[in-house]
Amino acid sequence: MTAQPADAELSMAAALNRSLSDALREDARVVVYGEDVATLGGVFRVTAGLADEFGERRVFDSPLAESGIVGTAIGMAMNGLRPVVEMQFDAFSYPAFEQITSHLAKMHNRTRGRIRLPIVIRVPFGGGIGGVEHHSDSSEAYWVHTPGLRVVAPGTASDAYWLLRQAINSDDPTIFLEPKRRYWSTETMSAAPAADFDRALVRRGGSDATLIAYGAMIDTCLQAAEAAVEVGLNIEVIDLRTLSPLDDDTLVESVRKSGRAVVVHEAAGFAGFGAEIAARVTERCFHQLHAPIGRVTGLDIPYPPPMLEQHYLPSVDRILDAIERLQFDDTVVMPRA
Amino acid sequence: MTAVSSARLLPTDEPRCLIDSDGCAHADLGHNDDTRLPSDVVLLHLYRRMVIGRRFDAQATALTKQGRLAVYPSSHGQDACQVGTVAAMADRDWLFPTYRDSVAMISRGINPVEVLTLLRGDWHCGYDPYLHRTAPQCTPLATNTLHAVGLAHAARQAGEDTVAVAMLGDGASSEGDTHEALNIAAVWQAPVVFVVQNNGYAISVPLAKQSHAQSLAHKGIGYGMPGLLIDGNDAAIVYAAVSEGIARARRGGGPTLIEGITYRIEAHTNADDDRRYRQSSEVTAWLAKDPIERLQKYLQNKGILSDADIASVREDADIRAGRLREAMNAAPALDPAELFEHVYVEPTRNLRRQSRWLGEELAADRRP
Repeated sequence: MTAQPADAELSMAAALNRSLSDALREDARVVVYGEDVATLGGVFRVTAGLADEFGERRVFDSPLAESGIVGTAIGMAMNGLRPVVEMQFDAFSYPAFEQITSHLAKMHNRTRGRIRLPIVIRVPFGGGIGGVEHHSDSSEAYWVHTPGLRVVAPGTASDAYWLLRQAINSDDPTIFLEPKRRYWSTETMSAAPAADFDRALVRRGGSDATLIAYGAMIDTCLQAAEAAVEVGLNIEVIDLRTLSPLDDDTLVESVRKSGRAVVVHEAAGFAGFGAEIAARVTERCFHQLHAPIGRVTGLDIPYPPPMLEQHYLPSVDRILDAIERLQFDDTVVMPRA
Repeated sequence: MTAVSSARLLPTDEPRCLIDSDGCAHADLGHNDDTRLPSDVVLLHLYRRMVIGRRFDAQATALTKQGRLAVYPSSHGQDACQVGTVAAMADRDWLFPTYRDSVAMISRGINPVEVLTLLRGDWHCGYDPYLHRTAPQCTPLATNTLHAVGLAHAARQAGEDTVAVAMLGDGASSEGDTHEALNIAAVWQAPVVFVVQNNGYAISVPLAKQSHAQSLAHKGIGYGMPGLLIDGNDAAIVYAAVSEGIARARRGGGPTLIEGITYRIEAHTNADDDRRYRQSSEVTAWLAKDPIERLQKYLQNKGILSDADIASVREDADIRAGRLREAMNAAPALDPAELFEHVYVEPTRNLRRQSRWLGEELAADRRP
């Protein structure tokens, strides 16, 4: 992989576009398809210009059929291609659930490794953009609960570029969750991946407590950590990047040092990914913990209508409240944003 | 679409047939004047493969009674559909079978033990799909049709002349994936032949509760592809129709939908009780339309199959069944550590930990 975008400042959408473009250029086996990805360039313009540059044989619009998109990608991969397909919105990926869970995730295992499915399914996920019903789901718990899948969620533009390149190069199938409300946030591109594909990253060093997050919540957690400085708390922020397989070693190292942790995600909390993280970290850090691991998540309700979504989404205040509950000295008073 | 081209997409009102249940040859009713009775060499091949397949099927059913197989869905009665389809395929073509296509798969040349691995339960797919260009047997019905479309499209884009053959049944024709596969195949003009074995039942549910269409082949025209309705117990027309579909696909003419009218003589599996949903008289009536009997009669009447030939084919089938029985009597090699090996291309740290843990548990169990 060459470092095409080094030093440029790009939005996450543009970084993903560059990532696809570079992958298409470097590997003739890569094809990109889905609903509206060619002529329109995708509803978020992540695939803009790719059909013009690489032709409709490699970047093409498919019929409106999510199961069909994933099912045909499996057949294409069996014939040597490396398809990158798009589910237009998170909740629209559900028709493909059977193809993903029963075939994409299992084919390598059931054939004793003879069939590899190097397929990337891009899914814009999460809320915060005022989307109407079915446009703001966070579905990661379904995918991380499925052995055989890699599940990735970048939190920054540069990471989005590199993680997508790594996902396309991986011989395992990958669910690539793009935090849609960060599509327009910009960052200077790095010349190399910030870490290996399946490693978490310390986004901000700190020793008093650990915030664990991914996707759109990285930015919210970094804001909370900055606000906590006012009361003298030095908060570490860990960006998981790859949700499955989970890099619990990096988490354990941080929590053993800080003794306190809060997991933050947009998805509903009940049986959510945060519960798995809390359980795993507790199992390995119990004697270093000074407080139960906190969770700041979406509410246990269907994603709300857009005019009410601010009450659902984890906020800087809710994260600061959760840090406050980590049984520090009683005199600590948290700031309010 | 003009009226003429529309008519060519429609199936015949009655199933097309080349050799009827009395063993008599017929002129084809289809639109394609090239569809003729296959050569004697092909017919003898179809006969031999059906006898071998029927004997394999009986042996597999016996193995369930001996506890060697967890379950077996019989192909008895659907022999012509499965053997005729595979005989029409080239080695470079891809087959996408379901769990009821064991006879098709042994006809494809896959080791019968490897075909039965799934049903014995020592792994999921027992054979190398690339070696035989045969996808793993598909249990979630109709999902395989989309894999066939994707593979066929990719092959065509790569300039290969591979054709994919997707197997499905009347029940699977109701699944959403079948609709998506037929539609996408037609839009992309993918080189795919969809072979529907309409055996009358989805476990217990009869066709009348499955579809209100005049025939399942009539669905083809809705996608803009030819639909062929054929007698699925006539190996000759199955071979001819699938050959026609493959030839069309290979020359860039897009997909074909074929419906073979056939019948599942046995229950859904050895674990099913078909007396709860069908009359034995219905089964008896279909036994009279047996695919092997009719082809044998035709070949005998034509003087190209002697009693000695029949005995020789049956002896070959018996020998193969005996070898299968012996092979299945041996306990399969099981390695619990392999459970972790293929989940990902490289085992993850988490899986390596679990593998160590299982290994320690097994070692502890072995201690006195």
